[in-house]
Amino acid sequence: MNSTINDVRFYPLGDAAIVVQFDEEISNSTHEIIRSVCNYLEEYSFDGFIEYVPAFTTVTIFYEPIIVSYQSVQSDLEEMLAEVMAHPAKPVSGIVEIPVLYGGVWGPDLDFVAAHTKLSPEEVIRIHTGAEYLVHMIGFAPGFPYLAGMDGQLSTPRRETPRSKVPPGSVGIAGKQTGVYPIETPAGWQIIGCTPIHLFDAGRAAPALLKAGDRVRFVSITETEFEMTNKRRYGN
Amino acid sequence: MGIKVLKGGLLTTIQDTGRFGYRKDGIIVSGAMDTLALRTGNLLVGNPEQEAGIECTLIGPKIYFESDQLIALTGADLSPTLDHVPIKMWRPVFAKRGSVLNFGTAVTGCRSYLTVSGGFDIPEVLGSLSTYLRAGFGGWKGRALQTGDHISFKEEYQDTLRNFNWSCDLSTFYPDLKDTVVRVIKGPEYELFSPQSQQSFFEQEFQLTNESDRMGYRLQGPALELNRPQEMISSAVAFGTVQVTSNGDSIVLMADHQTTGGYPRIVQVITTDFSKLAQLQSGQKIRFELITLAAAHAALQHREQQVKQLRQALTFKYDYDR
Repeated sequence: MNSTINDVRFYPLGDAAIVVQFDEEISNSTHEIIRSVCNYLEEYSFDGFIEYVPAFTTVTIFYEPIIVSYQSVQSDLEEMLAEVMAHPAKPVSGIVEIPVLYGGVWGPDLDFVAAHTKLSPEEVIRIHTGAEYLVHMIGFAPGFPYLAGMDGQLSTPRRETPRSKVPPGSVGIAGKQTGVYPIETPAGWQIIGCTPIHLFDAGRAAPALLKAGDRVRFVSITETEFEMTNKRRYGN
Repeated sequence: MGIKVLKGGLLTTIQDTGRFGYRKDGIIVSGAMDTLALRTGNLLVGNPEQEAGIECTLIGPKIYFESDQLIALTGADLSPTLDHVPIKMWRPVFAKRGSVLNFGTAVTGCRSYLTVSGGFDIPEVLGSLSTYLRAGFGGWKGRALQTGDHISFKEEYQDTLRNFNWSCDLSTFYPDLKDTVVRVIKGPEYELFSPQSQQSFFEQEFQLTNESDRMGYRLQGPALELNRPQEMISSAVAFGTVQVTSNGDSIVLMADHQTTGGYPRIVQVITTDFSKLAQLQSGQKIRFELITLAAAHAALQHREQQVKQLRQALTFKYDYDR
């Protein structure tokens, strides 16, 4: 069901942020409205606007309470929403392809996932690369995408003992979710592979490769292709 | 010419007032835990308030000055000395070439800020000088300061001014760190907590545990529960968000908090009281007091008015003295 302006809830997150909640549940239509709102906020802002953070069902807007009041932020947002919700964003056509070397030292849990799902490692790879994923939001770590669209067959619980470190680019599965770790981090996810491309680079103008609304496809690559990209990446 | 780090201290990092505009990319704000202390320190040495300084935690660093510099120390009193002579906090101090800044025991608070006139010569990353420890960028090489680090000043201190006989009147704008009441407003999921939990949240004390760092503080206090178990959908969180984990523990999010979270947010600490939080030592006890959003805004307006007056007074002083 599409949410309308009347379903939208506004509430404070402390004295310097306002949350706009569009729905109680995750849906593609809510996601599209949130994207439209974000597009709008990229173009137009208001006095005292700091930044916005989109999530599954909310957009949180951080503001400078010394410059602008909560009430005035809310009424600005209401006005904007009336306009934006009348013309929601068209889904993007572009797809970001993420090359992944599955299994081996770069995907130490591929066999576990295969055993748990009663599939062969090759089938796990085929299913994981077969789907198109939607980036609902970025959070948890710089450039970390929350992806929707994983085939339920691949669902595997988190590791009982999290690893203290996984390399940047590690591709994992946790429950019904799949994702890519952009930086070296402790991780409880089942690591099935690794991408040689940077999901996050503080030196880039757009430091995060993905943003909410992007569509993603994983592509299986060979060890040689992985090494080639890694060489380009590190120049050695 | 700059400083040489003779000892790193417990956790000594370069921080400014934060990295904004990238939270939608999962990039945290970072920045000083006690931005009010950092801002004041900058004003005291004639800098813009947002300039980066050095955040020292509990056990301060040992720092050698290669050239004359005007410095200030604000925030926690970690017993600072210059060439073994105790120095006063919250005022400009002249550090002559070759002098050594050292710290002793933590008298009050947890985090002290060292600011230098003109600031440090460090490259900006994504619009800020703050250190993002987990991602390893920003600040000084994306990490805490270590023995042997050498950081240049942006400017030489060439003023003849050496002696300062004034300091700022803290009581007008900086919280009394002995006051253990932290003011909050209701969080987005406040109403989902049981009436019993809502009541004990404000009646009982919380103690800061050892599991506390720049990301957040784990508090020991009453176990809190929701009216009925509920899966949360991840959404943005903020500095001062108090979230409750599935086993009922309360965690206050601090400067290095992740951009989003999936735990119910029971309350949100008001901006004016962030300094109090930043200066808590582990083992200290606090109590939460519920106020309205309007009262939170009024408190902040009042505080910022006081800071503005300080800024004006200092501008006058610098113009007058020079």
